[in-house]
Formats: sequence, C-alpha cells, structure tokens
Amino acid sequence: MGAELGNYKSCVSARSTDKEILKHAQDGGIVSQLFGFALDEGIIDGAIVAANKEFAAKYPSKVMADNSNFDMIEPWRPIPAIVNTRAELIAAAGTKYNVSPNVSMIKEATRSFGLDKVGIVGTPCQMQAIRKLQLYPVGARDVGASIALAVGIFCMENFPYQSILQLVEDHAAMKMESVKKMEIGKGKFWVYGKRGQVVQLPLKVTHKYEQPGCKVCLDYVANLGDISTGSVGSPDGWSTVMVRSKIGDSVWAKAMAAGCFETQPIEKVKPGLELVSKLANEKISKNKATLEARATFGVGKALRNPYI
Amino acid sequence: MGLLDSVFKKNISAAPQKPADVAKPVETKKEVKPVADKITVGYTHLSGCTGCTVALADNYAGLLTLLDKYVDLKYMPTLADARHIQKVDVSFVEGSVCINDKLAVEEIKETREKSAVVVALGGCACYGNITRFCRGGQQNQPAQEAYLPIGDLIKVDVYIPGCAPSPQLIRNVAVAAYLLLKGSPEQKALATAYLKPLMMAADKGTSACFCDLMTNVINQGLCMGCGSCAAACPVRAITHEYGKPQGERDLCIKCGACYNQCPRSWFSFDVVSAYESINETIMAALQ
Repeated sequence: MGAELGNYKSCVSARSTDKEILKHAQDGGIVSQLFGFALDEGIIDGAIVAANKEFAAKYPSKVMADNSNFDMIEPWRPIPAIVNTRAELIAAAGTKYNVSPNVSMIKEATRSFGLDKVGIVGTPCQMQAIRKLQLYPVGARDVGASIALAVGIFCMENFPYQSILQLVEDHAAMKMESVKKMEIGKGKFWVYGKRGQVVQLPLKVTHKYEQPGCKVCLDYVANLGDISTGSVGSPDGWSTVMVRSKIGDSVWAKAMAAGCFETQPIEKVKPGLELVSKLANEKISKNKATLEARATFGVGKALRNPYI
Repeated sequence: MGLLDSVFKKNISAAPQKPADVAKPVETKKEVKPVADKITVGYTHLSGCTGCTVALADNYAGLLTLLDKYVDLKYMPTLADARHIQKVDVSFVEGSVCINDKLAVEEIKETREKSAVVVALGGCACYGNITRFCRGGQQNQPAQEAYLPIGDLIKVDVYIPGCAPSPQLIRNVAVAAYLLLKGSPEQKALATAYLKPLMMAADKGTSACFCDLMTNVINQGLCMGCGSCAAACPVRAITHEYGKPQGERDLCIKCGACYNQCPRSWFSFDVVSAYESINETIMAALQ
C-alpha cells in the first residue's frame, strides 16, 4: 500500500515541555500544548475540544446551550466545548473513548462565540468532515476560512457511551466515577482507577461494542489534519506527531522554535512508524472488506457506499 | 487516487507546492481577451426569497472578480434590466415552481431550453424547502397551492443545497463551471471531479428532510457521530444524544443541508484529499 499514512511533511516522536500539561495529558500532551501555544500566539482565538461534565459545570458558557442540564451528563461522557485559555484546555485534556460530536460546534464557534480563527481537534472522520465543509460548505457560510488549526488524532475505532459503560462497569467491574484514565494500547483496553487499581481487557471483548459507523472508515492517522498525533509508534508518555499541511508546518515550526516540545526522530524510537503502518494497513484492509461486503449485503441489494 | 492525480502531481510528490499553477493560465488568457472567454450566466428567480441572491452577493469583492474575469451576467431580474430569459451557458435558478402559476412553469421550461447547464441554487430549487409546506388558501391567489422543486419539472445538472446556500459554495461552483467550459483539459478534469457529487445530488432526487440522516446514514450503518449535521442545520433542529443525531422534525424546514453536509452522505477522497490545492486554486482564481 504505502498510502496508509497519508501525505505528511515530517514525522517525529514528541512530548510537551509543560509539566502541568503532561500531568493531565493522555500521552505526550501534544494537542493541549499546540492549542495552548496557538492561543498564546493568536494563531487561534479559541478551540473546539472534547470536554466533560466537570468542565461544563465549571464553564457553562463554553458548551452548547442544549447541554445545559449538567446533572444528566454522566462521567466520561464527552461534551464538545470551546476553550479560550490554558486552564480550560487542561480541564478538558485526556481521551474519552466515546463519541464527541466536535464538528457540531464549528459553525457556532464563528457565530455566538465570535471566533475568527478556530482550532479543532478530532478523529480522522471529523477531519474529513471539516475538509468537506471547507470545499463544499452547504450549511456552513463563512466557516471554512475560519478554521485555523485542525489537529487530528489517530483513531482505530470509537464506542457509543453505553459501550464504555458496559466495558468499564461490567467487564472491568469498576465504577465510572472511580476511573482516572482509560487507554487502548498494547493490544489491551486499560482502565486505571483513581485509587491506583488497573484492569486490562483483551481487545477481543471490546469489538462487539464498537460503533458500527467506524467499520467503513478508511483513515487511521487522520490524513486530513493539519497536524496528526497519537500514541501508537512512540514510547509511553510520548506521542507520534505527523505534520501534514502548510498551516501545520508553520505552526509546528513556530512551536518548536518556542521550545514547546521535546522531540526524538521517529526512526530512533520503538516501535516507530513500522507499527503505525501495520495498524493503519490492518484497519484499512479490514474496513475495505466491510465496504465490499456491503455491496452484496442483501439478495441483489446493496447497502449504500458513501465514497464516490 | 484517480482523476486528480494528473492535476495535483506536483502537490502529491515531495516537490514544493505551486498553488497558482492551475489558475495562472486562466489569468494570462484573460488579459489577452478580457470578454470573449467569459461564460454567460443567467439567474432565474422563481418562488424564492432572494436570500440565495444575497448569498451570491455576499462573496463581496469575490463576486466582482467573478464578473470581471469569468462571468458575463446576461439575465438576472434583481440586478439587470434584461426582461426575458436569455440563452446562456449556465443558469442559476432560485426558488421552487408554483405549478398553478402559468408564467413560472413557462419560465422554468424556457430556462432549461436556453441553458447548457442548469444549477438549482438553494434549498427551494433543489428540494422545495419551506414551500413544501404550502397548501394554498391565501389572498389574493388562494389557488396557488402546489409548489415543486425545479427538478420535478426539468432536468437539473447541479445542486447547490442550503437555506441559505453558503456564498463560498456558490463561488466554488461558478469557478468550477468556468473551468469546465473554458479551462485546459486538466482544469476540466478538476472541475468535473469537484462538481460530480453536486451532479449526483441532482440525480438523486428532489426531496430532503432530517429523515435523510435516518434513512440514508444511520439506518445504513454509516453514522459515526461527527456532528456536521447539527452544525449545518439552519434552524437548530438537530442536537446529538450520546453522539447520534436527534432531529426535531417539527422545526425542520426540509432544506437538505444536514444530509449534504454529512461526510457519510457523499465523500470523494480524490477531491477532499486535495483540499489544500483546490482551495488555493480557487483563491488564486479570485485574486
């Protein structure tokens, strides 16, 4: 194949030099540090991120009005939110392994939130959504040119909220409230408790809980982000970073010059790009097979293929 | 990658990008023959609210550049004094057709006869939109009760959905139409690839609703909860419950924005992967 990692200008293993960010980050704190830097420099004037219940309670004006009944929001359920400060960024850091419709805020960010230069973080499908929106803005007047920095995160698959509930409370036998961190890595689904306990589930048990819409996705490493990042390929506490677009290149160069990141050449770290490629290929071939199966799903009837 | 490879070979390889490559020949040609190479455009206004016209005008200086370099506006009731529908390369049609109004029916047929390419501009022309709710009984034409999207009366080539449509999409289609009719083979290929999904939308049908997200995306196992539909909806009829669209159908005005903005309705890797160079080409064309 060879195209599985998309086009990119450079690729490194990196982590933030900000200790406070690293304390709250999922991996190397790339997204928080990039947006923090971009906010400081005026590259963006706000960013759309996946926050949570505590964030919404603390910063109610930063989430959509229809999410205002905060009591109804469960722990570990992501809520798209606009952040304008480093404190808000840190409050929203960390991966939530269920669906956060971040793109739903992209127009509102340029309307009532009044942003001219919007940052957005999202999964590969969300990067696809915003690029489609930039080329074919159907209900998105003046939004495309306001997207100043899109950071894509690697994504193998996502889960509905109830799936995570099932995995954590049933399979891992932990209360959602007592979970400090969740992680998918090294072939396992890891749940870390606030009191230090760790439960690992084989990925096999998670498969039936995956979001069905993820099974037709042909992008692992967010090919359409300005910058893409994820844990795979780099050691614990570090992230693999791929710089893709002109915007991404310019922001990354400035952030490096400002000392925001420590880096190591990707060739020097283990397991490196080889594993990223392997997983990307696995995802793409598996999902291409799903798409092919959809073409003959019924008797003389196909399921719809969105890709033209 | 297929069709666009030839156009974007430079960008796909490691060589430094030259954004103006595609657009430059267009501009030089213009300076030699400033008028002859323009495409002719008409604008038929049926049962619409002129919001689509305003959206076109909201390209600001971009509209003036379009008129300056690429487009000769032959007929447009709001802006020009030409009284009758003219023979043109491209017609934009705003609004749906009241089939109880003889003149409207004649005008849409005449538009088809006199245009090489017909573009349905906006939710009304594409899908009926708010006129889907018309049922007559109002003074002083209580019998004007039946309205149809133009695609139910004539063959439509391209859809620009949205209520209101985005100025940038109208602009992109106008530039693409120019490249299609007057460009080099590479530019034609680019324009064709760009317009293809909007042409497929025109072939697909004339009805739209929030339900499209149910029947064609969620029911088909394709929704991944990105949130595009909620962002696109002009009346905030869509929210997300646990990452899946929730439609307030009594708020929905049937404009078709949500489904067409959805990345799982139609998505071309060829075109969208080249988003950087396509955007640069369009911006360069409008310099």
